[in-house]
Amino acid sequence: MQKYSVFSLIKNAFSNHQNWEVAWKDPTPKSEYDVVIIGGGGHGLATAYYLAKEHNIRNVAIIEKGWIGGGNVGRNTTIIRSNFMYDANARFNEFGMDLWRNLSQELNFNVMFSPRGIINLAHSDAQMNAYARRGNSMRLNGIDAKLLDRDEVKKLIPMADFSDEVRFPIFGGLMQPSAGTARHDAVAWGYARQADDMGVDIIQHCEVTGFDVVNGKIKGIRTSRGDIKAKKVGLCVAGSTNILAEKLNMTLPIETHVLQACVSEPVKPLLDGVVTFGAGHFYISQSDKGEMVMGGDLDGYNSYAQRGNLPTIQHVLTGGLALFPFLSRLKMLRTWGGIMDMSMDGSPIIDKTHIEGLYLNCGWCYGGFKSTPVSGWTFAHTIAQDKVHELNSELRLNRFSTGHLLDEKGLGTKTWIG
Amino acid sequence: MLYIKCPYCGLRAQKEFSYGGDATVKRPNINEEVSSEDWDNFVYMRKSPRGKHIELWQHIAGCRQWIKVQRDTATHEIFQTAKVTEEIR
Repeated sequence: MQKYSVFSLIKNAFSNHQNWEVAWKDPTPKSEYDVVIIGGGGHGLATAYYLAKEHNIRNVAIIEKGWIGGGNVGRNTTIIRSNFMYDANARFNEFGMDLWRNLSQELNFNVMFSPRGIINLAHSDAQMNAYARRGNSMRLNGIDAKLLDRDEVKKLIPMADFSDEVRFPIFGGLMQPSAGTARHDAVAWGYARQADDMGVDIIQHCEVTGFDVVNGKIKGIRTSRGDIKAKKVGLCVAGSTNILAEKLNMTLPIETHVLQACVSEPVKPLLDGVVTFGAGHFYISQSDKGEMVMGGDLDGYNSYAQRGNLPTIQHVLTGGLALFPFLSRLKMLRTWGGIMDMSMDGSPIIDKTHIEGLYLNCGWCYGGFKSTPVSGWTFAHTIAQDKVHELNSELRLNRFSTGHLLDEKGLGTKTWIG
Repeated sequence: MLYIKCPYCGLRAQKEFSYGGDATVKRPNINEEVSSEDWDNFVYMRKSPRGKHIELWQHIAGCRQWIKVQRDTATHEIFQTAKVTEEIR
């Protein structure tokens, strides 16, 4: 594989960039694989990469209905963080932060990981207390957390509304300085390129139509491009999880909902990190191109449409304007939606299933992108070793029936209760 | 914007309604022994189909009645609405 570097860039400049190697091949599906990963998004590509790299399992195929990186990995708001209170979530995501820090070098692909910090704003004394508690929990798990008072917040985001008349005054906030953003497409492409180089077949435009399960054991999958035998199958299909689960006669604690995001026209740099509003569901960051990247609530009803409705955008941006009045003068460039696999407690599931050789990776809710590397890493371990790793030992499917929920922040599908 | 025909008030904008989830889920009977599995199915497990979905909505900014809506989860087309006591086939 051609190594990407400043020298290869200069060399290819002499041939008008016409002679770059293809980044990944377009193979015809083989009749049999050791492992088939369904879903060529960030998590699926990362899983295949770590299967090859960490476990030396290279007879692997990724089956993708559309094109790689065309789903939620290309639709998210690129935020990376590990500011969780519960030990299971904190350890899992902090392990992921370590993978992020070295990802560009490891993949020889600039994922533009930029640890510019995240601030969760507090608008009451009670919220400050809750953040102090969460910050302390984070620090006990080795994650950097800093409780900011009002003046410290004002220094970092002076453009927020600090006036006296404001309905939800800023009391302070909790900051994770090591959180940040990355270029989401590059994450998918970087993993794809390295996985392909290690022998993984990336098969695009191939829809899974069924599964071959014999005596409780997976034997293969049926696809629009023929039957493929597989010793092990991993599902990594986010919002399409329930569609495939139905083909397996499985019912899961997952509902599919549409989540929208939007970007403004590009403006000069004014916001350094990521900021979340504490009195409504709204978060914002500024991309390297200068666009303000914003998101918030689900549309609130089950949806497989990868687009949403205007009332939700209006509602989310009402919160945005309450925090940052300058947004009223920006034009909106575009809005879009992605379909989220909303788990019932707001935390993901990475586990084996009752079908031998079938593995499940779903339930990412609002935050799948930040966990892309660690999700792939732990899912690859779970598939390769046929047992969960310590890091995903609490992200089990049976936690709902046993009552060991990871209800970190009251997220999940039931937005109408909150 | 969805437009939902409330069986009591007529066609109204989505903003007047609040969503209540899958209407086909049945609560286990009161005063009977309920297994963990039944509770699990009732509280957490959902089919979440792509296509026709029968769901509950509340006309929160109108008559405040709960209603049933049959909607396509991929196209958002609404086929039928009914009072919560009525069946949608």
